[in-house]
Amino acid sequence: MPEIYDNPQSGPGTRAGNAAVAADRGATPTSPKAPAAGPSLEDKVREEKARSLWGDAWRDLRRNPYFIISSFLVVLLVFIALFPGWFTSADPRDADLTNHFLKKPELGSFFTADWFGYDNQGRSIYARVIYGTRASIQVGVGVTVIVTIVGGLMGMLAGYFGGWLDALLSRITDVFFGIPFLLGALVVLNAFTDRSVPVVIGALAFLGWTQIARVMRGSVITTKQADYVVAAKALGAGTSRILIKHILPNAMAPVIVVATIALGGYISAEATLSYLGMGLAEPTVSWGIDISSASKVVRNNPHALFFPAGMLTLTVFAFIMLGDAVRDALDPKLR
Amino acid sequence: MTTIDKTASAPSRRIEDDGKTPLLEVRDLHVEFKTRDSLVKAVNGVNYSVRAGETLAVLGESGSGKSVTAQAIMGILDMPPGRIPQGEIRFRGEDMLTMSNEERRQIRGRKIAMIFQDALSSLNPVLSVGYQLGEMFRVHQGMSRKAAKAKSIELMDRVRIPAAKDRVNDYPHQFSGGMRQRIMIAMAMALEPDLIIADEPTTALDVTVQAQVMDLLAELQAEYNMGLILITHDLGVVADVADKIAVMYAGRIVETAPVHELYKRPAHPYTRGLLDSIPRLDQKGQELYAIKGLPPNLTRIPPGCAFNPRCPKAQDICRSEVPILHPVTERDGTDLPGRGSACHFWKETIHG
Amino acid sequence: MGRYVARRLLQMIPVFIGTTFLIFVMVRTLPGDPIRALWGDKAPDPTQLAALRHEYGLDDPLWQQYLDYMKGLFQADFGKTVGGRPVSEILTDAFPVTIRLAIIALLFEMILGLVLGVFAGMKRGKIVDRGVLILTLLVISIPVFVLAYIFQTVFGTELGWTTPTVQDSMNMQELVLPGIVLGSLSLAYVARLTRTTVAENLRADYMRTALAKGLPKRRIVVNHLLRNSLIPVVTFLGTDLGALMGGAIVTEGIFNVQGVGGALYQGLVRREGSTVVGIVTCLVFVYLAMSLIIDLLYAVLDPRIRYA
Repeated sequence: MPEIYDNPQSGPGTRAGNAAVAADRGATPTSPKAPAAGPSLEDKVREEKARSLWGDAWRDLRRNPYFIISSFLVVLLVFIALFPGWFTSADPRDADLTNHFLKKPELGSFFTADWFGYDNQGRSIYARVIYGTRASIQVGVGVTVIVTIVGGLMGMLAGYFGGWLDALLSRITDVFFGIPFLLGALVVLNAFTDRSVPVVIGALAFLGWTQIARVMRGSVITTKQADYVVAAKALGAGTSRILIKHILPNAMAPVIVVATIALGGYISAEATLSYLGMGLAEPTVSWGIDISSASKVVRNNPHALFFPAGMLTLTVFAFIMLGDAVRDALDPKLR
Repeated sequence: MTTIDKTASAPSRRIEDDGKTPLLEVRDLHVEFKTRDSLVKAVNGVNYSVRAGETLAVLGESGSGKSVTAQAIMGILDMPPGRIPQGEIRFRGEDMLTMSNEERRQIRGRKIAMIFQDALSSLNPVLSVGYQLGEMFRVHQGMSRKAAKAKSIELMDRVRIPAAKDRVNDYPHQFSGGMRQRIMIAMAMALEPDLIIADEPTTALDVTVQAQVMDLLAELQAEYNMGLILITHDLGVVADVADKIAVMYAGRIVETAPVHELYKRPAHPYTRGLLDSIPRLDQKGQELYAIKGLPPNLTRIPPGCAFNPRCPKAQDICRSEVPILHPVTERDGTDLPGRGSACHFWKETIHG
Repeated sequence: MGRYVARRLLQMIPVFIGTTFLIFVMVRTLPGDPIRALWGDKAPDPTQLAALRHEYGLDDPLWQQYLDYMKGLFQADFGKTVGGRPVSEILTDAFPVTIRLAIIALLFEMILGLVLGVFAGMKRGKIVDRGVLILTLLVISIPVFVLAYIFQTVFGTELGWTTPTVQDSMNMQELVLPGIVLGSLSLAYVARLTRTTVAENLRADYMRTALAKGLPKRRIVVNHLLRNSLIPVVTFLGTDLGALMGGAIVTEGIFNVQGVGGALYQGLVRREGSTVVGIVTCLVFVYLAMSLIIDLLYAVLDPRIRYA
């Protein structure tokens, strides 16, 4: 068995951790606390690097096949979203009812308009799958960015200052958290007649920021109590300096993980809303819309459903797997 | 349960304690841990033995292999990554390493029990102490829940926990540190085992409480004539209770001696260093001695004597040849029973 | 304990008010007028229109409407639809169905999720563990409507184990397949959460003690390991009931289950604000009640937590 598969989820080092725990409590033979007598300078430097959370995580990630696969997929998807024209010459809106109505896929003809067949309006499914990527990635990234900024700020303020501000912000978070996500988004989107990408982003972000706020709050509270923050305070560092220099970089780890996984969730949510007819609307090309119309002909033409659904699943899969890998690298608890 | 009874009735396999066969004998024990990219050699040929009613103190720094040896005796090592490539652990003459899992389980808790350092984390936080104590009787003696609870109260009384009857349903976090350690002791004593291994039983406690807990342990040991292996890094604790001492370094025993002789005349530079680093009233104002350097990395144990990089007396031979545990004698060659030193220059150390 | 419950209830009041008000505002400020819609394409009679508006309180300021609504709520009056049907009637029709569906989903995710999670957690890094991780990753990634179609086609149409769509929404047997689809996402979360806590607790000191006591493996796993590992899982399951009910809309639609999701969808399409507000209010109530129950259950499961 290749070594790289040794411990996919928790990343390398787990076994070493077990051994260390078993070996002797406190200082362990493999821990950096007990280096060999008189380590060389080079050793010291290497050890110093290894001890930083991000450095450690990056070293783990580089060897993690899940990370390699998922980041490759994510990069590819982003490219498809940015430059769909590179991947197909067909026009996703070009409807040809007479010749191509629900034509079956020709799996041999790679990258042509015929590849995945045609939908019930005679449009190339391959072209639609490619062009649909943009909307999904836009929604996913857009919502995640807004949610991270808004939720992160709320959580940081609540966690760092505590007191009445925390009570207030936490109650506001509770209020938004109490509304079922999907139903809330439906209600908001129902108010709009032209449901473009920014509108969908806004609706999802409006209800979605609570998760990040909660994670950030908890993370900041933990970090706030760390010795180095207390030390910085004792040395007279200002509030903004402590927040930006000390708290933020250390509290960000769980937020990044949650945000990456949530990104996949937002893409899935957009597709679900579009499927229900309350998300993106034509002429925007969206997998959700295509799945919805394909579901009416799925009995005899499963291909119309299969390709957009498969692409959607693959996209969500890529982001969630990426978040998973990053979490395992950043979370030392399970080492 | 039946397994043990059978072995007990087979005299050919089981040797009764005739005063000659020790209760427990560890022979040439090796333990290693395989990690991702290295092999940690935690124990490298340990020998020691304990008789009924005897107390052996195993002394050493963190990482010296003293706890790992104890876990190997208990059979609670994580395997893998742990591995015992060679050695024997004989309990009443029988090698436990060749026993089946079920046989070993029957010995654990009933014949050999263990007391851990941190009672708070070693007790299950969500089960009442009464339940955890009673479990011993219910599992090993098939007692009813009710009878087991009565026994638990008895045990708690025995280790002098006040108002045992009212506190039996309390949870570990509701007790003070000293009381929790008494509960750990009670749990170990429950089935009146032949041997108790106490792994730093007082390290986590206040100094005043330490003495009480040690006294209780010694008292119970005497009462039941149990063997006791006391693992510690605290020379102060050892002096009062131990009969003999084994000093460990880098997974080996570097010196063995009856307790008072070790304090008087150490025969290994490491032991001497340890003794010299105890603060003493008559040396007030002087700089405290400290052994220089750090314990070795167990993935790269130095060749020769593992202590050589830190030893003030190291010679060339110390860097090339691993010293055996030499029997230590008087200057004139008279035997000093029970004494041994794994130092090429033990003579100079003890007599010089 | 009593004081803790009282304090928690007090804390919930602003959250309940805030959430219902938020949803109220969202619904009432929607463009489109349900009263005007009664006339269809015809031009409405202005006096009649105004009278109807007045009857439904739609000419009052928003806060007045909200106050009136809350007043009604205290007497279990959820208002009525434009068609004249009391909303509470819609709710009593829809909620029993969705609650059944959610309970099936919850049972499914709990049983299977715990089993998978315990096995994976105990065999961390082994084949079983990797299998469970990949499987759960896949389940999380497949959007529920895709999964619903797959299950419908495979188990309903192809294998014929059950009807592809539900005929009688109150029949528990028919609700099994949609229940499994609904619970599958949470199943993945339960399995992963269980796996993590089991793996963490396996390395706890008290597990070593249990081993040193000579307890049989079964007892160590069930009485010591699981007892500790269940605490976070129970929390998740408790808060998930509300989420399942709120998220059932897609599953209900595909399997033709006449539950909350369908009622809400109809309410949205027909611009029936009071139906939408009524349903969401009930869901918020379920969510708040469950979080209180979970909080109290926590004390039973973990004696270290004390309520003052």
